[in-house]
Amino acid sequence: MSDSQPKSPTTNLQRRALIKGAAAAGGALAFPYVRAADPITLRYLGTAVNQDKAIAEKFKADTGITIQYIPVTTDDVTKRAVTAPNSFDLIDTEYFSLKKILPTGNLLGIDTKRIKNADKITTLFTKGEVAGKKVGDQGTAPKKVMYVASPTAKEFSATPTQFMTLIPTVYNADTLGIRPDLIKRPIESWKELLNPEFKGKAAILNIPSIGIMDAAMVVEAAGLYKYPDKGNMTKKEIDLTIKTLIEAKKAGQFRALWKDFNESVNLMASGEVVIQSMWSPAVTAVRTKGIACTFQPLKEGYRAWAAGFGVPKSVTGKKADAVYEFINWFLDGWAGAYLNRQGYYSAVLETAKAKMEAYEWAYWMEGKAATQDIKSPNGELLAKTGAVRDGGSYETRMGGIACWNAIMDENAYMVQKWNEFVAA
Amino acid sequence: MSSSRRSAPAWLQAAPFTLVFALFLVLPLVLVAAVSFWKASDYELIPAFTAQNYLDAFSGCGKLFGGGELCVTLKTYLSTLKFCVLVWAITLVIGFAVAYFLAFHVRSVGAQTLLFILCTVPFWTSNVIRMISWVPLLGRNGVINQGLQAVGLIEAPLEWLLFSDFSVVLAFVHLYTMFMIVPMFNSMMRIDRALIEAARDSGASGWQTVWNVVVPLSRTGIIIGSIFVITIVMGDFVTIGVMGGQQIASVGKIIQVQTSYLQFPAAAANAVILLLVTLMMIWGLTRVVDIRKEL
Repeated sequence: MSDSQPKSPTTNLQRRALIKGAAAAGGALAFPYVRAADPITLRYLGTAVNQDKAIAEKFKADTGITIQYIPVTTDDVTKRAVTAPNSFDLIDTEYFSLKKILPTGNLLGIDTKRIKNADKITTLFTKGEVAGKKVGDQGTAPKKVMYVASPTAKEFSATPTQFMTLIPTVYNADTLGIRPDLIKRPIESWKELLNPEFKGKAAILNIPSIGIMDAAMVVEAAGLYKYPDKGNMTKKEIDLTIKTLIEAKKAGQFRALWKDFNESVNLMASGEVVIQSMWSPAVTAVRTKGIACTFQPLKEGYRAWAAGFGVPKSVTGKKADAVYEFINWFLDGWAGAYLNRQGYYSAVLETAKAKMEAYEWAYWMEGKAATQDIKSPNGELLAKTGAVRDGGSYETRMGGIACWNAIMDENAYMVQKWNEFVAA
Repeated sequence: MSSSRRSAPAWLQAAPFTLVFALFLVLPLVLVAAVSFWKASDYELIPAFTAQNYLDAFSGCGKLFGGGELCVTLKTYLSTLKFCVLVWAITLVIGFAVAYFLAFHVRSVGAQTLLFILCTVPFWTSNVIRMISWVPLLGRNGVINQGLQAVGLIEAPLEWLLFSDFSVVLAFVHLYTMFMIVPMFNSMMRIDRALIEAARDSGASGWQTVWNVVVPLSRTGIIIGSIFVITIVMGDFVTIGVMGGQQIASVGKIIQVQTSYLQFPAAAANAVILLLVTLMMIWGLTRVVDIRKEL
């Protein structure tokens, strides 16, 4: 699993660097070790799910630069980026958070001339296309927030420029997770989440900005309303969506709401819930317990999300060089292959392919049946020979994106209404 | 003049603690109160004076007299108050029984210490793990449901055991009875044993002794324990969240959701309201017993 809590690799070396740095800077700077000569430590702010120990170890072995993970929740990544931009050297955040972070001026546009594989980043991010076909762009689609006109710009550029806001790290398309052994019939539509058949056995996630999107998929699938943009609802649309949720809740549809990754695993594995909004690694976690769980592709499409590296403006000089070195290393294939093997997708597919076995690539990316047992990076069995990945190939899966995680203009109102749903 | 000079050393002695309080309690509270009148956009706080945050918190509450549904804030406070009363009543009874047993029936100090440590067992693991471990016990396929089904008492699993008001109260009681036991035990240990003997000599029955001697003399303990339990339950959102399947609202949860969406002024307004409500409850309690005098 990718969720292992990374240990902060505080070593003697680092402490020595700190002292050296302090001496060099003569106490003139608030954070003297930022300017420390060698060796460099990068403070990497992100969610625990993306912060894999193996990636930090491999990078250290390749370059001598230490990565110090700061694992917090998605919401807290945004909060720290806005309120404490000096507390990290590299941020791994979701694209939808950019709407809050960029206007603060705390992030610098990343110079793509310094990123070796920048032109190989998948077209999903640069053009919003998969294999030449446009995908759904409701919500905060990365292409809308991908570029800025200058490194210090506080507004997004509608057209591609030399400067990127974030360099994509991982992305995926989410859908409903189900227990096929307990449901015993095919599930094809988002509307099944509110089907009275699963009364008291359904769950939805309690992160308002994501939960409302899942709810919107359900409302649309049930034919109640067609949103012009699910990712940016009007107050009326929010009212309608929340009303639908409240009615379902009062009828006893939901067994629970969940907020934490582990809660969703627990609910599914214990059989408390048979259908719920879910994340890909959570489905994998249920499966590694030997319990049947499917990340069910649905005809209305997926709700996609994407995360990427951003550089705070406080990082300069050698430290900035190290940050760029890390980003370049990350796109170079090893990390990409590692992420692909966990069921995520990496930004530059070409380099990742080179670092994966042919049978792995065929299973994970081409949607073909496994010709050998498929194992996770830490050696756990994920799929037996002959199994096919849920949702098929990269193209069918990412091509089926209907909307993206988003921050709405009416965000404050939405959160207020969401609290009403929780209280109902 | 002379009296103020005499009290100067007393002021000096109190100064360090006063400073700590001013710096780490009063100042942050003043800031919270100030921010609650600010405006906010998605990414910045705008120092301005607006009561909008408070109006938003109570939006829809005006319809109360129109026979409509209760607004979110009132409903949430009512739900939180309900838990408060239930948990307070149950922990009071259980806590009193345990403290009474420890104070009057366990003779040796060694045994008392040992049993006391036993009472702290719920605190040996992390809050979240402790709560999650209720799931295999109370869940649909949990031990209790399977046990009851096996002996034929029920046919279908009981759904209300988990993610319900019941499980929330259960978890609260499990966690916070300790906060009742400690102050009550403390008060009971200071009761002069001669008073109990006197009561018995005067012909009081066991219950009469407890009700007329022990209870009045452990008043301070009862009130202090009550303050602990009430303040903790009023502000809690983790226990209600996990045990209620995130489906039961709590004031703390509303504040937490708002801060995580950077709506600090709205969160601050709710925090101020919560603080006022809790302070009022505690003020009410201290009306019943003057703690300072009794200590």
